[in-house]
Amino acid sequence: MYQTVYHRASSVDEAVALFSKSSEAKFLAGGQTLLPVMKQRLASPSDVIDLGKIKELQGVELSGDVLTIKAGTTYFDIMQNADVKKAIPAIAYLTSVLGDPAVRYRGTIGGSIANNDPAADFPAALLALGATVKTNKRSITADDFFQGMFTTALEDGELITAVSFPVPAKAGYEKMRHPASRFALTGVFVAQTKSGEIRVAATGASQSGVMRVPAIEAALKANWSPSAIDGVSISASNLLADIHGTAEYRANLIKVMAQRAVAAAR
Amino acid sequence: MSTVKLTVNGKAVAVDVEDRTLLVQLLRDHLNLTGTHVGCDTSQCGACVIHMDGKAIKSCTMLAGQADGASITTIEGIAKGDELHPMQAAFRDNHGLQCGYCTPGMIMSAIDIVHRYGGQLDEATVRHELEGNICRCTGYHNIVKAVLDAAGRMKVSQAAE
Repeated sequence: MYQTVYHRASSVDEAVALFSKSSEAKFLAGGQTLLPVMKQRLASPSDVIDLGKIKELQGVELSGDVLTIKAGTTYFDIMQNADVKKAIPAIAYLTSVLGDPAVRYRGTIGGSIANNDPAADFPAALLALGATVKTNKRSITADDFFQGMFTTALEDGELITAVSFPVPAKAGYEKMRHPASRFALTGVFVAQTKSGEIRVAATGASQSGVMRVPAIEAALKANWSPSAIDGVSISASNLLADIHGTAEYRANLIKVMAQRAVAAAR
Repeated sequence: MSTVKLTVNGKAVAVDVEDRTLLVQLLRDHLNLTGTHVGCDTSQCGACVIHMDGKAIKSCTMLAGQADGASITTIEGIAKGDELHPMQAAFRDNHGLQCGYCTPGMIMSAIDIVHRYGGQLDEATVRHELEGNICRCTGYHNIVKAVLDAAGRMKVSQAAE
């Protein structure tokens, strides 16, 4: 790891102020991605601003039909939270298959979506559920937030403070896990909103990062059942291809994971 | 440079380290607690797992500064004098190690698993929960047996306390 200067912020305002005073700072949430990337010298921030002790970034609130998860809440705390389990059990399940137990103790929802890894789990949940990302400056819909692999609508120095999820009528998530890293080789989150809209998002599949899957949405709109997806054809163009799977393999995984997610949805 | 103050195995310490120092480097290089291992250095293998405020975390994926003020327990801190921790004893009795390199991390993760499940563990749960710890000898069978054995012993020893 290259040299860096460590700062610990005690509030969102302090974190943002520290960021603006540094030449090339990075916010450090759980560090489960940023630190490995810094160790490989693929990132070399002049300053890291630790968000881990900021109380206003911790916690979960359920208010009516909106579940709000503050950005610094760890996967473990999300997985264990009674309101999450009650309102959107698919999110509790998603966190239970994300990384491994040690990673879940440290990694945070804000860190995951700010990084927008093309195989991360949470971007699929946000996109399928039509969530809203709250920052220190504004609110951004998930549709606008994710802008391609490792790219988001966040401006330099803008800090995610929370994510608000409308509680759906039904939602489910399934993924094919990479056997070593546990990242999604492809994962699909399906949701039926309380107004009847169907939204389906796939992660780990597209070269452009997390994406909606309109063909499956249309099929589920007509008939919310795994078999409704049997006849859907998913194009392999613009899908990821690597040593773990071809684009055609991932196209098929989108269908299969969507079917399993519908079967698991509640 | 910063001074990091923390409690390690019950002892208060203050260590001057570079800001880029990882927690595992502080433990191994500054405190000579070399029982915590670095295996992959990419956050996958779990050889570096320690307990921070009671939670099993990967000490290679944390800056020392992030642990300021925390209470850390390493593999060196779990036995009571000459009496092995029940998890250590179970690993020995079940031959839960071959080369032993992954063992400190396995044991620290396994203690956390038993605590979280209150000793109510089955084989499938242990295997799922150990997925952040890699044994290159692939000796998982006896490791899982050891964790299940220790879960029973830890329940008994908690009841006795």
